[in-house]
Amino acid sequence: MKISVQTQDFDAGAEIRALSSDPKVGAVASFIGVVREVAMTLEHYPGMTEKALRKIVDDAGARWQVVGCTVIHRTGALKPTDQIVLVAVASAHRGDAFAACEFIMDYLKTQAPFWKKEAAGWVEARASDDQAAERWK
Amino acid sequence: MKVKVLFFAALREQLGTSSEELELPAGVATVAALRSHLRGRGGAWQLALADGKLIRMAVNQDMAQPADTIQAGDEVAFFPPVTGG
Repeated sequence: MKISVQTQDFDAGAEIRALSSDPKVGAVASFIGVVREVAMTLEHYPGMTEKALRKIVDDAGARWQVVGCTVIHRTGALKPTDQIVLVAVASAHRGDAFAACEFIMDYLKTQAPFWKKEAAGWVEARASDDQAAERWK
Repeated sequence: MKVKVLFFAALREQLGTSSEELELPAGVATVAALRSHLRGRGGAWQLALADGKLIRMAVNQDMAQPADTIQAGDEVAFFPPVTGG
């Protein structure tokens, strides 16, 4: 399991290839979040962020068969079209990979301490994100 | 008892501080009691930590509920609902 909170960009292809290198892996599902339309700065809570992401990944591993998982989240100043987040999950079969990837993303949105600030101010949390996480309970 | 208190994002800006070491008076033993204690400073504290404000809390870097207890040496954080991803 790889978890990284970083300012620098990431190479999703390289991360996915690294996950596929295990012969037990038959499927890799991935999600990339991208900055849409408006530049932003991402703040986080160093220490808790990594701990929260680790717990979300562990929870996913307890629910689905996960062979490998990579979560990378960027912080700092980001502009439109920049990559923000990568979640990639490797499993024997696609069902587990898809479900675990979506679960991790939904929980990251509501449990990992990141905050977006745009020129217009701090981005408000959305109820739809809470609802997305609720459906896994 | 002494605790470390952290503030993030909009809350950090409203309060004008990101962290402080705080000696708690006897009786302030839960996250909710600490929030109430800080609100008692008035001004920006009263506004930013008002009862109706949606604020998330963490104790020692785990999400916490208002009734969760705090111990000497704990790191307690207050922040707005998260917006990453």
